Amino acid sequence: MSLGERTVLLPEELRKDFPLLQRTVRGGRDLVYLDSGATSQKPLRVLDAERAFYERHNAAPHRGAHLLAEEATSEYEAARATIASFIGAVPGEIVFTKNTTEGINLVAYAMSNAATAGPESERFTVGPGDEIVVTEMEHHANLVPWQELCRRTGATLRWFGITDDGRLDLAELDSIINERTRLVALTHQSNVLGTVPPIDLIGARARAVGALVLLDAAQSVPHQPVDVTRLDVDFLAFSGHKMLGPTGIGVLWGRRELLEAMPPFLTGGSMIEVVRMEGTTFMPPPQRFEAGVPMTAQAIGLAAACDYLSEVGMDRVHAHEEALVAHSLERLGEIPGVRVIGPLSTDARGGAVSFTVEDIHPHDVGQVLDELGIAVRVGHHCAWPICRRFGIPATTRATFYLYNTLADVDALADGVRQAQKFFGTH
Amino acid sequence: MQLEAMYQEVILDHYRNPRNKGLREPYGGEAHHVNPTCGDEVTLRVRLEGEGQDARVADVSYDAMGCSISQASASVMSELIIGSSVKEAMAVGDAFLALMQSRGQSEPDEDVLEDAVAFAGVSQYPARIKCALLAWMAWKDATARALGEAS
Repeated sequence: MSLGERTVLLPEELRKDFPLLQRTVRGGRDLVYLDSGATSQKPLRVLDAERAFYERHNAAPHRGAHLLAEEATSEYEAARATIASFIGAVPGEIVFTKNTTEGINLVAYAMSNAATAGPESERFTVGPGDEIVVTEMEHHANLVPWQELCRRTGATLRWFGITDDGRLDLAELDSIINERTRLVALTHQSNVLGTVPPIDLIGARARAVGALVLLDAAQSVPHQPVDVTRLDVDFLAFSGHKMLGPTGIGVLWGRRELLEAMPPFLTGGSMIEVVRMEGTTFMPPPQRFEAGVPMTAQAIGLAAACDYLSEVGMDRVHAHEEALVAHSLERLGEIPGVRVIGPLSTDARGGAVSFTVEDIHPHDVGQVLDELGIAVRVGHHCAWPICRRFGIPATTRATFYLYNTLADVDALADGVRQAQKFFGTH
Repeated sequence: MQLEAMYQEVILDHYRNPRNKGLREPYGGEAHHVNPTCGDEVTLRVRLEGEGQDARVADVSYDAMGCSISQASASVMSELIIGSSVKEAMAVGDAFLALMQSRGQSEPDEDVLEDAVAFAGVSQYPARIKCALLAWMAWKDATARALGEAS
């Protein structure tokens, strides 16, 4: 470990903020949690914020005129403002969803609803002859909704492949994104490979042909500074639970003029302007996209998570994880039979490290690690096409967050060697 | 360490030296099963001699990709059921399913399950039960097809 690595690491004391990290597993072992890419652990402050709302202010926001309803509305909208400022947005552009998956589906269904929604929605309509562009490294959440949109509308799905070193293959950039392209949906950071694609390059090409750009930011917003005013994109979706917040809350950010022209996805209470038996008009965004009593306590919990992350500093979170990734690439790289699937340097790369261990199935690697108290993800990580691309059934994946340490990485590497010893492969 | 309880020597042996592996002709029914959570796959063929529940399981052949538990389970299963009647093999399958759902609380009948008792430890790990059952489910499906009960 170099001095540089040591200086960028966050203090280990912050682990004390996370009650779950104090528990032991599998016969009294310390927990080594390397699955934050699936979901992160929560600091006490987030749990307290949710509890305080339920204990003091609980009511349904945006309805009712009693004191509690006023307080709940005010807390809910204050949470929206905090979360907006965390990504450089204005509150009116923040739509609360259940998670990233719902945010992406919201746009995909709004696009198919656009066909029957009136002239202001025309720019969202797609049909035969139109193309939607994705990449081979998408999480299923940013692939299946677009496959389904194409199936419903007759549009064509196209995609960028992956190079052997785990980067997007952009050799055909100008032909894959062309004048028929209506929307480009891509990951801001691969949940399997860790790859951060060149969004500026792809976004500029999309702009040149008049296509919309949607970013799956589920793995970027939690781990690096993200400022929507610096990203030339139209939509960005992320989940609260991957960034120290509660489950059940996510965000779809969209450019104001686009949200205003977009028809709703889910309809019902809260999102209406005037309802008659003959028909209904809708609220402006973001309310237009938030049908039903919202996840109020979860929004407040997520705002507390944003405050926590802001106080630590997202640039420091990013630097911390980069040091952990560098250390894990080094430690795993020196184990015979281990193959890292994804970029082998920390350039344009986030904190997901996927690997295979020769002659040991990832399920079996994961089982040995679990026995040692090390929680990793095994399988295809909801991105099955990546495994097909690399000709492997699955991978073992370690993902890091601000509470992980170099010792966690060392435990992982030692655990992989133990698996090899147990199965007699090396 | 609990690992030895799960990875019994019998399991590791079947994993390293799978019996009856490879797809063979002729066959009367074939099924392809996938474990969507991990991507494990098995394609399994059944050849029956005779009709109905008394038909004899003449051959079980398979091609599988997956973890040690799913691979070993396919191998152990093929050894257990080739040569028995469909009715007997289904009873063994039911006993194996019961063992897998026992959370380690049941005492498996070695007379019925033979080598498959080695999977008792797996039942304590909910995430791995499907691995052990994958080939058995494919076998049930392929047999139903061979009997002409389902398509």
